[in-house]
Amino acid sequence: MIWQLFFTFLKIGCVSFGGGYAVIPMIQYEVEAHGWLEPERFQQAVAMAGMSPGPISTNTATLVGYDAAGIPGGIAATLGMVLPSLAIIVLLSALFFRFQGSKWIKSSLYGLRPIITGMIAYAALHFGFLSGKEGFTWTTVSTLVICAGCLVLLTRYKLHPLAVIAAAGVAGIVIYT
Amino acid sequence: MQRDWRQQLKVCGELFAVFTKIGPSTFGGGYAMIPIIEREVVDKRQWLDEAELADMMSLAGSAPGGVGVNSAVFVGYRKAGIAGAIASIVGVTLPALLIVIALSLAYVFFGTNPKLVAALKGIHGAVIALILMAAYRMAKAAVIDKTTAGVAIATVLLQVVFKLNPIYIILIGLFAGIAIIKGKELLGQRTNMDKIPSHPSTQELFAPEYYI
Repeated sequence: MIWQLFFTFLKIGCVSFGGGYAVIPMIQYEVEAHGWLEPERFQQAVAMAGMSPGPISTNTATLVGYDAAGIPGGIAATLGMVLPSLAIIVLLSALFFRFQGSKWIKSSLYGLRPIITGMIAYAALHFGFLSGKEGFTWTTVSTLVICAGCLVLLTRYKLHPLAVIAAAGVAGIVIYT
Repeated sequence: MQRDWRQQLKVCGELFAVFTKIGPSTFGGGYAMIPIIEREVVDKRQWLDEAELADMMSLAGSAPGGVGVNSAVFVGYRKAGIAGAIASIVGVTLPALLIVIALSLAYVFFGTNPKLVAALKGIHGAVIALILMAAYRMAKAAVIDKTTAGVAIATVLLQVVFKLNPIYIILIGLFAGIAIIKGKELLGQRTNMDKIPSHPSTQELFAPEYYI
């Protein structure tokens, strides 16, 4: 189990272009394939990773690993996630690799960037309307309202993400209790 | 020799300390770390100069992995080789790991509290908003013509309709761009491959909204 977590996150780490929320669909796919977490629990893990300090993708890896196999699992998943970064950056810096110049790299990123955009968009879709089975309920409506409110706070008032999360938490207490 | 070794250990300790401080000081992921790394590493300690910082940004943003973690490795390696890179990556990762595990434990104890359950339900909406913002920021840099718009839409469809493993989509994507550019060249079209202005102001260079 520990090795499986480590190698799975090592694989994800190698292709985690874009970092952050772009990696969520990859983690989610593996979590579902291995049956590590219930879909609802995974959704909670993503929310918790976004609320916690530090990088979102490694936070999610830690939470998934921890939920699946306790503290050793959390450490194994996190290590798997960051080791490719270590190896690749050291290798590229050692070779004094320059990204700007190469036309190959530029063309590759030209195709990769919209894919990452699509990944993040899918993460939002899936995170927002995961279950679908319960259909359109009042919770869906209130979630959409809170989401829209948060977008206004983020764009119009340029509030810090943490302040927006706190506001949404308060809104949740007001609406749901 | 002995002194070299001690010197090395001291630098690694410093790297670890600096990144332990930077790692958990940001919320909402790696890109929030960049201004703090700039302040701590360039302004305060002069470990990197501005040109190296620009190198760091382009390398850390384009390579796989979170931009914060990648930047830490870059600074550590420049400063003290592989040992420095390891000290920095442990420093940047460890605090978040401990905090996240502590939060999980707390959740086990307080997770059934109705107020907390309600708050988390509300936060769900906030996280969707944050992910949408990330998608929008990325789209501004990525979706620059009809081709890229098509690729972005295809990525969503491949996942929603065909449930394709996203790892394969990324692997295809690494070569898709090259194939598209080559194909367009064969058809005699030129493609402007990025939207980065030729004379970026320092503001844009050091606080861009995307990092790939």
